[in-house]
Amino acid sequence: MVLDWFPLWLSLRVAAMSTILAAAIGLAIAYVLANRDFRGKEFLDAAVTLPLVLPPTVLGYYLLVVLGRQSAIGHVYENIFGAPLVFSWQAAVVAALFHAAPLLIKSARAALESVDHAYERAARTLGASESKLFWRISLPLAWRSILAACVLAFARSLGDFGVTIMIAGNIPGRTQTIAVAIYDAVESGNGQTARILTIVISAITLLILAAANRIGSSFLPTRQAAR
Amino acid sequence: MIQARIRKQYPAAGDSAGFSLDIELETSKGVTALFGPSGAGKSLTLDCIAGFVRPTEGRILLDDQILFDAQARVHLPPQERRCGYVFQNYALFPHMTLRQNLAFAAERLPKLERHQKLAEMLEKFRLTDVAGRKPHELSGGQKQRCSIARALIAAPKLLLLDEPARGLDAPLRAEFYAILRQVRAEFNTPILIVTHSLEECFELADEMLVVRDGHVIQSGSPTGICENPANIEVARLLGTYNLLPVEIKALDPGKKSSLLHYQDFDIAGPYYPGHLRGDHVFIAISPQQLKALPRNGRPGPNQIPLQLLRTVPMPSAVRLEFAGEINVEMPRKEFEPLTETRDWVIEFPQQTLRIL
Repeated sequence: MVLDWFPLWLSLRVAAMSTILAAAIGLAIAYVLANRDFRGKEFLDAAVTLPLVLPPTVLGYYLLVVLGRQSAIGHVYENIFGAPLVFSWQAAVVAALFHAAPLLIKSARAALESVDHAYERAARTLGASESKLFWRISLPLAWRSILAACVLAFARSLGDFGVTIMIAGNIPGRTQTIAVAIYDAVESGNGQTARILTIVISAITLLILAAANRIGSSFLPTRQAAR
Repeated sequence: MIQARIRKQYPAAGDSAGFSLDIELETSKGVTALFGPSGAGKSLTLDCIAGFVRPTEGRILLDDQILFDAQARVHLPPQERRCGYVFQNYALFPHMTLRQNLAFAAERLPKLERHQKLAEMLEKFRLTDVAGRKPHELSGGQKQRCSIARALIAAPKLLLLDEPARGLDAPLRAEFYAILRQVRAEFNTPILIVTHSLEECFELADEMLVVRDGHVIQSGSPTGICENPANIEVARLLGTYNLLPVEIKALDPGKKSSLLHYQDFDIAGPYYPGHLRGDHVFIAISPQQLKALPRNGRPGPNQIPLQLLRTVPMPSAVRLEFAGEINVEMPRKEFEPLTETRDWVIEFPQQTLRIL
């Protein structure tokens, strides 16, 4: 029997892209949550946490409605890229993004908030603009925790099933990620494929988690270390 | 020159009692100390001036610039206030070397000046040799000098220090006093320092503001305040006085004398203008002004017998602690022949007896 490794490569690619996107978007949101005071701040926090608790099918349904071929966003996308977003591998990236970003935002917010305020105050009295403060003080001081959060987000992106199957579907060789492939293999009675893929993905995620722990638990230049 | 009138209201909420700060201060040069117990609002005052906290009301003026004006709705961000700030734990950026810490602050200066200014500050604060080290590789004194140099490098108009000597051991404290005196002499920057150490006020301050419960209760030179505390609260905060609750039994302007009643004893004092018979006041007298003598028969005039609770050796004297929280300090030489004495009397000097 020849095993098709495409789902694994696709998953890794999708996870990498969604992690990069999640890091960029998530850091911006985390920065706002950690540093700004405004009305509805906790509501925003709740909104970005929502994907963590909603059933994947519900989330997938929302995304289908918002990104589908009939929707405005779907329309624009199709006009620019010449192909619909839904049921493409790009849709799998979106699915993984929604799966991974909430955790990343939560951890990044906590990491940014754990930077001793004295450093930020010091930088401000020294004339640093808010962006200089972020890039040269807050981020370097919190980067280990943030990196650990990104690694976790990558691991989580690898494992999305529900949303992916809702908006990217199960097209072998195009949108079939490893989680979907395992489901497909079990459904079609292909026990050996399911077993191998399961073991492979378990091993990979275990390694990633161990790496994340290692990064996160190393020296953190935060509150305690400042004393 | 800093001129500030700051009011900040924190309403009571839950189990916190609420707090109101209402402070006026004006300093032009030299070192001004905000002295008071923790929770008095000293650091809050500093934070309002630095721009970390927005006061409810008032106005803060630094030289000709309005930093804050409640009515005109001006509230400059800390970046635009040009106040150097030295934090309690120095807040040196841990991921940068000492030189990078200073360079970060020097970015305010024109490009051409930066390098020269940096070298000059490193030299001035004796940091050139360790400029490449990170904060955790520095000694306490070096960190201290670095944080002061960093605050001064961009030529602030005011230097704020928040309990900079708290938790330092004696040699480091002495080093810090020396550095700050150097800063005072070489830079023209007025300095505002928050402290709860009287020693620090005497070492450094030209002027001192005694702060309690969000209010300035006395201001003046440290010596002036210590010699003439304005009221019982100031005297309590200074902690250098014995405070005895007494009742005025008699006042005689003719003989320029008075009679004070302490527990079961009468103590003669000078005439106190502006007081009435029956007033409850406090005698404020320092442990050095009181005299303790071995009891010899009946106590003489203005001597009262008190029970000695314990003796505490001090660097060059002995402190005798009597019942009623009365302390007397005696040179060690004088005390040595008296170590076995059980019965003591304390003598109050009549003419210099101060009441509050």
